[in-house]
Amino acid sequence: MGQTLIKNGHVIDPANGRNERADVLLEEGKIGAISRNMTVEGAELIDAEECVVVPGFIDTHTHLRTPGQEYKEDIASGTRAAIRGGYTAVLPMANTQPPIDNETGIRFILDQAQTQGVARVYPVGAITKGLKGDEIAELGLMKRAGACAFSDDGMPVRSARVMRFALQYSKMFGVPLSVHEEDPSLTQDGVVNWGRISTKMGLPGIPAESEVAMVARDLELCRVIGGHLHIAHVSTARAVHLIREAKAAGICVTCEVTPHHLTLTEDLVHESGYDTNTKMKPPLRTQDDQRALLSGLKDGTIDLIATDHAPHSFDDKDKEYLFADFGIVGLETAFALLHDRLVLTQALSLEKLIEAMTWRPAQVFGLSGGSLSEGVPADITILSTSDEWAVNPKEFASKSANTPLTGWSLTGRVRTVLVDGQVRLRDGTLTC
Amino acid sequence: MNDVQQLRQKHILGLAELSVEEMTLILQTSESMREIIDRPIKQVPTLRGRQVLSLFYESSTRTKASFDLACKYMSAGAVSISKDSSSLTKGESLRDTVRNVEIMGPEVVIMRHPSGGACHYLARNVSSSVINAGDGTHEHPTQGLLDMLTVLQHKEHLDGLNVVIVGDVFHSRVARSNIIGFSRMGANVVVSGPSTLLPPYIEEMGCQVESDLDHALAEADVVYVLRLQLERQSASYFPSLREYTELYGLNERRLALAKPDALLMHPGPMNRGVEIDSDVADGAQSVILEQVPNGVAVRMALLYLLLGGGE
Repeated sequence: MGQTLIKNGHVIDPANGRNERADVLLEEGKIGAISRNMTVEGAELIDAEECVVVPGFIDTHTHLRTPGQEYKEDIASGTRAAIRGGYTAVLPMANTQPPIDNETGIRFILDQAQTQGVARVYPVGAITKGLKGDEIAELGLMKRAGACAFSDDGMPVRSARVMRFALQYSKMFGVPLSVHEEDPSLTQDGVVNWGRISTKMGLPGIPAESEVAMVARDLELCRVIGGHLHIAHVSTARAVHLIREAKAAGICVTCEVTPHHLTLTEDLVHESGYDTNTKMKPPLRTQDDQRALLSGLKDGTIDLIATDHAPHSFDDKDKEYLFADFGIVGLETAFALLHDRLVLTQALSLEKLIEAMTWRPAQVFGLSGGSLSEGVPADITILSTSDEWAVNPKEFASKSANTPLTGWSLTGRVRTVLVDGQVRLRDGTLTC
Repeated sequence: MNDVQQLRQKHILGLAELSVEEMTLILQTSESMREIIDRPIKQVPTLRGRQVLSLFYESSTRTKASFDLACKYMSAGAVSISKDSSSLTKGESLRDTVRNVEIMGPEVVIMRHPSGGACHYLARNVSSSVINAGDGTHEHPTQGLLDMLTVLQHKEHLDGLNVVIVGDVFHSRVARSNIIGFSRMGANVVVSGPSTLLPPYIEEMGCQVESDLDHALAEADVVYVLRLQLERQSASYFPSLREYTELYGLNERRLALAKPDALLMHPGPMNRGVEIDSDVADGAQSVILEQVPNGVAVRMALLYLLLGGGE
């Protein structure tokens, strides 16, 4: 494989506190030296002039739809979508058909990733058998087979008793339980945030308390029992507040926020005229929630940004609002959306954004990537912070096009991506 | 106010999309249509040869009959497909139903549907004009228009009137269209009902909220009683029908709190003895039955205006 030299870029590596112009040398697929004005004879050159060089992004919340719903996405298309979005590792969720709730399922995902994937795939196993919420799945065997976390995502763990045991049992394995916090008795048939927009548009609402009440329950269980509670896709100001207090009290809780909840609000549902690409769980919330999420990310209450990439086919979305599937794709627009809406407006520093997409996810989920430390596998993403482009789902590598951002002009683009030192995306074009 | 002769809208999706001028035009046109209905021979040839299709994804008696009659009186061809007929229950997508229907060539498609926004979806996907006959809990614009027409026949203008809407505002598309319509035309709208049945931020749609019905009724020119879906009780919105009737049922004592010439309205079908007492429903102030032919008139007017009748 030899040597590759990424020249003239601005390197941001939050894990090592690096934020400076430097060249990065890759040797045999691993990070070598990082310093200014390097010249290495015989090395392949990648020019990163006017670009930012960062560790490959890690998405801790991805739906790859394999097995069972390959018409929406599969490992080949989903990992290519990841690469186009600058992600070198993804954590596929277990709510497939059938769910990934045993070691055979974990092995299947790893095998598919080996043969079809172009990014790293760290499988997530179900917390309960069949995602039914009744009995704990074989967490130990799944962990041994390679599961890096457990989640019933898409469904809450309804029973407090089951959740209590899951926390207690999972402690033995030191992996997080990533939980989808929603009280079904409060959500009912809701499809948008409960409030101004649900009233105006005559659509059933999902109250903020549906999330907050479950977060409160699980924080209390985690306080008493221990374990590592990771709260997926936090969407409400009150949940941020409760998590902040819990962290201050020393409870072992982490959490994530999606790019869309950080940048969009429920107003988009109205402005879009019932576009079902604004329908997702949790729903887009209010501006107050959005502000609280941003503050939470800045003060460290929210650890990381995860896409909740949820591909759905045209037919699954091309329906009446009540009947369309929940979810939007996110891998291929995440960086641009966040950069355009948060970094360019100076609401968030680029360094903080990169940290929340690389080093923090690696730490929280105990993964090896997320840094440019010498000797680690060379998973690298090179970004332009000045390229402006219009979102066109036809260009997506994902099988699905369900994004509310179609036609939006965004500044910030993923240029080049390497996994294990091998170029997977060059100047915006997949090479795999 | 500038008189307008034509609608700017191609579709009637909700009163939220209609300007005061457009609503005024529709109401004026409806007045002329009402004269046709009052004739012994009710048919005019105005829309002969024009085709109208209605899709009812929810059951309906009066609205469906009203649209059908409106088509007949205007001599338009009308076909209705309702929930119980096969195509709507065989799992066909709305897109496919609509495409099949459209290729048959109707110029206006009327739809009632359980999902808010379904008519917006339809309007984006067909070349015909769309009339919303009720979409989920969003809007029921023709009901709002017929209610305004009914009040106008008694009160001359809507500006400054006190309109009280009582009951399950939360689940009511009728309430939403009436709040938007009456408030846009200058009336003061107050909604009253159990707090569990008043939707959040409803005041932003142009009304005040007063949970104490007796209080709300003072100085009312129009008392509009909403239908109560009896199954809401088992869903915990209120404890019992008895308590609902006690607190929010419209009876003689309550109607007397309003102005002496206040109008009593209800979109039907009524639950007598629950949200409204028979004494008042059949009493001198009730205009509930007048609402019905006005519904036909409003729908005739919309068909006329949408099919280029103003040209």
